Amino acid sequence: MKQKRFLKTATPYFFVLPWIIGFLVFTIGPLIFSLIMSFFDWPLIGSPEFVGFGNYIEMFTKDEQFKKSLVISLKYAAIFVPLNMIIALFLAMLITQPVKGVRVFRTIYYIPTVISGVAVSILWGWILNGDYGVLNYLLSLIGIDGPKWLVDPAWAIVAVIIASAFGVGSMMLIFYTDIKNIPIDVYEAANLDGATPARQFFSITLPIITPTILFNLITSIISSFQQVTLVMLLTGGGPLKSTYFYGLMTYNNAFKHHKLGYASANAWVMFIIILILTALVFKSSSAWVFYETEAGGAKQKKGGKK
Amino acid sequence: MKMSKTSKVIIYILLGIMAVYFLSPFVYMFFTAFKTEAEAIAYPPKLFPAKWLFENFANAWNSQPFGTYLVNSLLVTIGTTVGQVISCSLVAYGFARFNFKGKNVMFMILLSTMMIPWDVTMIPQYMEFQMFGWINTLKPLIVPAWFGSAYYIFLMRQFLMGVPKDFEEAARIDGANAFQIYWKIFMPILKPSLILVGVLNMISVWNDYLGPLIFLQDRSKYTLALGLAQFKGVHETQIIPMLCVTIIMIVPPIIIFIIAQKYIVEGTSGSIK
Repeated sequence: MKQKRFLKTATPYFFVLPWIIGFLVFTIGPLIFSLIMSFFDWPLIGSPEFVGFGNYIEMFTKDEQFKKSLVISLKYAAIFVPLNMIIALFLAMLITQPVKGVRVFRTIYYIPTVISGVAVSILWGWILNGDYGVLNYLLSLIGIDGPKWLVDPAWAIVAVIIASAFGVGSMMLIFYTDIKNIPIDVYEAANLDGATPARQFFSITLPIITPTILFNLITSIISSFQQVTLVMLLTGGGPLKSTYFYGLMTYNNAFKHHKLGYASANAWVMFIIILILTALVFKSSSAWVFYETEAGGAKQKKGGKK
Repeated sequence: MKMSKTSKVIIYILLGIMAVYFLSPFVYMFFTAFKTEAEAIAYPPKLFPAKWLFENFANAWNSQPFGTYLVNSLLVTIGTTVGQVISCSLVAYGFARFNFKGKNVMFMILLSTMMIPWDVTMIPQYMEFQMFGWINTLKPLIVPAWFGSAYYIFLMRQFLMGVPKDFEEAARIDGANAFQIYWKIFMPILKPSLILVGVLNMISVWNDYLGPLIFLQDRSKYTLALGLAQFKGVHETQIIPMLCVTIIMIVPPIIIFIIAQKYIVEGTSGSIK
């Protein structure tokens, strides 16, 4: 009997056990260890040496590249995040229009998302090439002398943004499913009142999807700071380190320069910046995000899937 | 809702313009892959090849041991997908259908781990795998997937929360134990969610570059993504083989996505609630 009761209490833990083990071994363990390492001068080979806050002090006082990379990543996030959200929302509005064949377009817009990474950087590296790239050829047809995208420090970051906007599909899909769930009668009522489509968008659609905007905002801030693969392969951080993103700097400090302790400190600063930005966004959200309950039941979610 | 003809036309024009943006790079890449190197960098460029060189693909494939890379990619993709589907469904089932001490705290922790950038854990993970003797094997890429991943667990748990509470009562009265209920009753119900997680994982692992870059050293262990990236740098001037292998590499995820599209769209709709 006793054994049976033990089994009953233990069962749920048995189910979640894989995650608990994984969490300890692959997440929290490395997380704590990384924090410890950030207080050491830790070469790949040889013995680590405790330096206290040395790594952090060096970062903020001596390392010029740290500041530059931080600014580059912030700049990238500041342009990329809003731009990506606007494109995603625009596409989502397009594919929720009641016209025939929109599903095909939904598929087309999403396809670049499933090939992210190496393939995307090869594709865009080739299209944006300053000598034989097809984009500059197309621009020349309409009389524009295209820049040397990947060679000109002023334009390289634009090239990275263009290439990363290619993967806008997953965010589009999140907006799409949310807009789809808005009951049609809300719009019908607005139509009767003679509201223009633009007005309907700004006073109905936009407020209703603010929780989704918040979700997309946070996830894209986090991912824009971690952008590594694309810059590594598209520009290699250059030219003249103009696209030497923070994530790339951290990676190179660890695996190229073998300064594991210093790279850990880099990563922790990134983590803290992400946490602060997320907290700020959450804090501001009470001013601009509307949840259903606040709307006084004006909007009834369609039943079914939850 | 009724729509005027003009607005319909405008919508189709906009849909078309955006489709051109997303599709034309692929179309142009496809045609270029059959050209000669000289044609590929000719200015002004032409869309169609003068002669269709089908052998470009075979030449590109043989320029590096891509057959080996493909086997490695398949091993990692299948190995992680089976692992994720099994482990995530077990954990999601535990969180969704039981009450136990510490459940809410644990679930909050699970959600917050999604905020941790990989940059923070990658260095200790590297050292850990080195300690296990796993560097330059496929194990660091496969084994962690057998312990679940927060986002996928979350997706499956959301799905299971929607199943009525008394669903397993009948089976429990029949004397089935928790594991039998999970396996016989919930696995079939979970099917859409299992497919969603499986496909998301397949696509992301197939495309993963950083993991293989850090953990693999010998060419015999490379994955396709890593092998493809070798064209950048050393072979920068060889455009044709690079494009050929890119095309070969992007076909499987596109096909899988088109087949499983329904599950991805529905799964996205379920997850944000």
